[in-house]
Amino acid sequence: MQPHTENDLECIRIQKHFGSVRAVDDVSFEIPKGSFFSILGPSGCGKTTLMRMIAGFEQPSSGDIRIKGKSVIGTPPNRRNVKMVFQHLALFPMMNVYENIAYGLRCAGASKDVIRSKVHDVLERISLPDVANREISQLSGGQKQRIAIARCMVLDPDVLLLDEPLGALDLKLREAMKIELKLLQHQFDTTFVYITHDQSEALVMSDNVAIMNQGKFVQIGTPQELYHNPSAAFVAGFVGDTNRWAGRVTRVEGNTVEVETEAGLAMRGSIRGTGAPGVGDKVSAFVRPEFITAEKAGGSMQAGNGQNVIEGKVDSILFNGANSRVLVRDRAGELIEADVVLTGGPQDLKPKDDVTLSWSPEQTMSFKA
Amino acid sequence: MKQRDIKRLSLILLFAPFALWIVLLIVLPHLGMFYISLREKVAPRTYEFGLENYINFFAEPIYWNTLIRTGSMSLLVTVLALLLGFPIAYYIAKIAGQRSRGALFLMCLIPLWVSDLIRAFGWILLLRETGIISSSLQWAGLVNTPIEFLYNDATVIMGLVYTVILFMIVPLVSTLDGMDDSMIEAGYNLGGNGPTVLRRIIIPYAMPGIVSGCIVVFMLTAGSYLTPILLGGKNSSWFTEQIYDQFITRYNWESGAAFGFLLLAFTSLVVWGGLKLSGQTLNSTVARS
Amino acid sequence: MAIKPNTAFLASYRIYVALFFVFLAAPLVAAGMFAFNDSQFPSLPWQGFTLDWFFNDSEPKLGMFHDRRLLRGLYYSFVIASCVSLLSVFVGTCNAFLFVRCRFPAKDFFYIMMVLPLVIPGVILGISILLLASNIANGAEEALSLDLDFLRPGIVLVVLGQFSFITTITSLVIIARLKKFDASMEEAAYNLGASRVRVLRTITLPFLFPAMAAAGIVAFLVSFENFNTTLFLVGSEAPLTITMYDRMVKVGSTPVLNAVSFFLMIGSALLALVSILVQRDKPQT
Repeated sequence: MQPHTENDLECIRIQKHFGSVRAVDDVSFEIPKGSFFSILGPSGCGKTTLMRMIAGFEQPSSGDIRIKGKSVIGTPPNRRNVKMVFQHLALFPMMNVYENIAYGLRCAGASKDVIRSKVHDVLERISLPDVANREISQLSGGQKQRIAIARCMVLDPDVLLLDEPLGALDLKLREAMKIELKLLQHQFDTTFVYITHDQSEALVMSDNVAIMNQGKFVQIGTPQELYHNPSAAFVAGFVGDTNRWAGRVTRVEGNTVEVETEAGLAMRGSIRGTGAPGVGDKVSAFVRPEFITAEKAGGSMQAGNGQNVIEGKVDSILFNGANSRVLVRDRAGELIEADVVLTGGPQDLKPKDDVTLSWSPEQTMSFKA
Repeated sequence: MKQRDIKRLSLILLFAPFALWIVLLIVLPHLGMFYISLREKVAPRTYEFGLENYINFFAEPIYWNTLIRTGSMSLLVTVLALLLGFPIAYYIAKIAGQRSRGALFLMCLIPLWVSDLIRAFGWILLLRETGIISSSLQWAGLVNTPIEFLYNDATVIMGLVYTVILFMIVPLVSTLDGMDDSMIEAGYNLGGNGPTVLRRIIIPYAMPGIVSGCIVVFMLTAGSYLTPILLGGKNSSWFTEQIYDQFITRYNWESGAAFGFLLLAFTSLVVWGGLKLSGQTLNSTVARS
Repeated sequence: MAIKPNTAFLASYRIYVALFFVFLAAPLVAAGMFAFNDSQFPSLPWQGFTLDWFFNDSEPKLGMFHDRRLLRGLYYSFVIASCVSLLSVFVGTCNAFLFVRCRFPAKDFFYIMMVLPLVIPGVILGISILLLASNIANGAEEALSLDLDFLRPGIVLVVLGQFSFITTITSLVIIARLKKFDASMEEAAYNLGASRVRVLRTITLPFLFPAMAAAGIVAFLVSFENFNTTLFLVGSEAPLTITMYDRMVKVGSTPVLNAVSFFLMIGSALLALVSILVQRDKPQT
């Protein structure tokens, strides 16, 4: 085996069984040096187990984990240069900030002077130079977050694992911390592996995201790839908002299919993912709301240029500033979400308005079910 | 697997003190007590096995009457402690303001750590013929002659309630404290009145605490020694007194062991019955932590 | 406030609560106040304030701090309570780790066994331990002509007898605290490079310490005031409660007993307060 020194972390065919349950099932991936990697999946998908194996709290049933090219199977957690920020941070309440950060250095047997200079250095870097003597209970949520990261970073780890550390914060702070985490990662230039079930956290911060479901990695890619080119129906449905139909193929024409949904709506879509559907096969079709144009009926919309066009009635308006949407009920009685621009003027759509929806077949992602 | 060895070793190391404690100080002594209760001294250093000690107990009405009396008075004390203690616990947990709550609870706890002996001594000073209450009544001109309040059943029961009521209040406060106020408010909001909310919501919720308090109180009362003797005098006929009598005065350890075993069996039976009736288990009540 | 009952009801409720606390305090006040009465008997009328029952060094008003037998009782109580407290905290801590951290067969059964001593009447614990110890001692003497003096009624048996049920109390207190412990704290320390022993020493035990201290104080107080179990196991080294009881039965009540009572009440109250203070968590924000 040749050493892959360019990768900070490699997992090769990792499996973990609890009795008959496969918590992690044949997962392989590699993370290049200095990148921000997220593992995104619904709760119970095995992502926490995977991370606990990387940290060494669990042993994989089979497979290999390599850090900087060296296998760490059999190395206890306290000997791995992988540090972890816990879900509830696990800062030690009986110690103050200084002692919390110094803890790992003391375990490593560093001298007092080294500890002092390193702690102050790392506090400087997380822009909290004055909190060394505070008690943990005196810190704000965001400060605790940064101290938890500093406590790990002061040990100069090869990989930093973060287990949904933003979960406990309120919405505003969470938004701010997303940006801050990204900046911290750049500053420390260390590989971050971030576990979350919140897609917006993963998409905003990551260089690469792995989508995990039922113990398996479904797709690994950049946030944009995952969003625009999902390789499976699960990814299309899990990442980003989307309209979703189940239906059957009525015609196949190269890379394009004609689909009739269960409610009887006909549309054209592009084939995505693995496996080409034939006539009569079941498919799932996804269209993101921002690709659907909604106009008042009788407007300038022209049917026949290959667009999918359907008529409907506005059911309700979901106003949210720039991200406003309309819910349109089509003739078949289904609700379809479409992004709209609401200016506050008389031209805005209102409930009960008749509307025409249109979107391109290219944006109708169809997966063989 | 090295990890597994460490786990097994630590399990053994942790289990050893527990096993030593339970086996040497609880299980073996009780088995031994049962064994000794089954033998009878026929001559110095010669013993015969049989149920003689138990037959003696049932043949002598004084003995089993005392046990019945102890049991029924203990039940009465338990009920009184619950009825008197519940409103206090409810007041501390739900009605008192945030600040006075802690202070009241503390005031409940402090007498808990004062010896039974001192508390009984205090009652003697209050209630005896030359005691504070008697002399105050005389001084106030309400009575002409000193009154003896000691040495009657009512005083014994009062004294026992006093001794054990805190063991009722403390678990009740912690149970009621864990109860969400909005549950009570929801009860009212959905149209319940005071008694229905109490009966349908508060009492079922507090049941583990109630049962736990009752078990501890009953056991403490039935096994108490000082309070009945000091407040009830030599003729208070408490069963523990009989045990002491057999052991220390008559030096008849075999019969004393039988009495001890009977007290244990009797109280366990009552507790078991109480648990069955209330649909609770030992784990859900006393052992709850 | 959960319910807002009408004011008349609330007022009578408050009066009841107040009366209850008067009831609670009455015998304690009675036991304490006569320690300061300048009279041979602990009864009214009030003869004036004195500290003789604490400090006077001659009969007939021999103060408690000059009464040899009481002082010896106090000393033995102190020795017994300290031993019981240390032992029961040690075993209680082991039990906490055993029942919170370990998995083993029949755990529920063993847990009930652990709680059981609390509901066995103290008198029974006393006699059963007395019987077993005496039988072993007798057997050893007859068969091996060994003189196992520590199994005769005395300080060792008193310690064992009290330890047998106080350990349940300490275990329950420490278990409750250990259950609240966030296990990820240990993992975090382990992850930061600490060895298992170091994790225990720097993270887990400091977290448990308040509960251990509180349990120790509670054990000390319960041991100090115990009478029922001790009564059967006591030898010539009688602890304070037994000495006081003897005095009460043989000599009758004298104000020196009030002085001891006052001293014990203040001592227990202070210790109980300390135990509550150490257990109080730092305010979390």
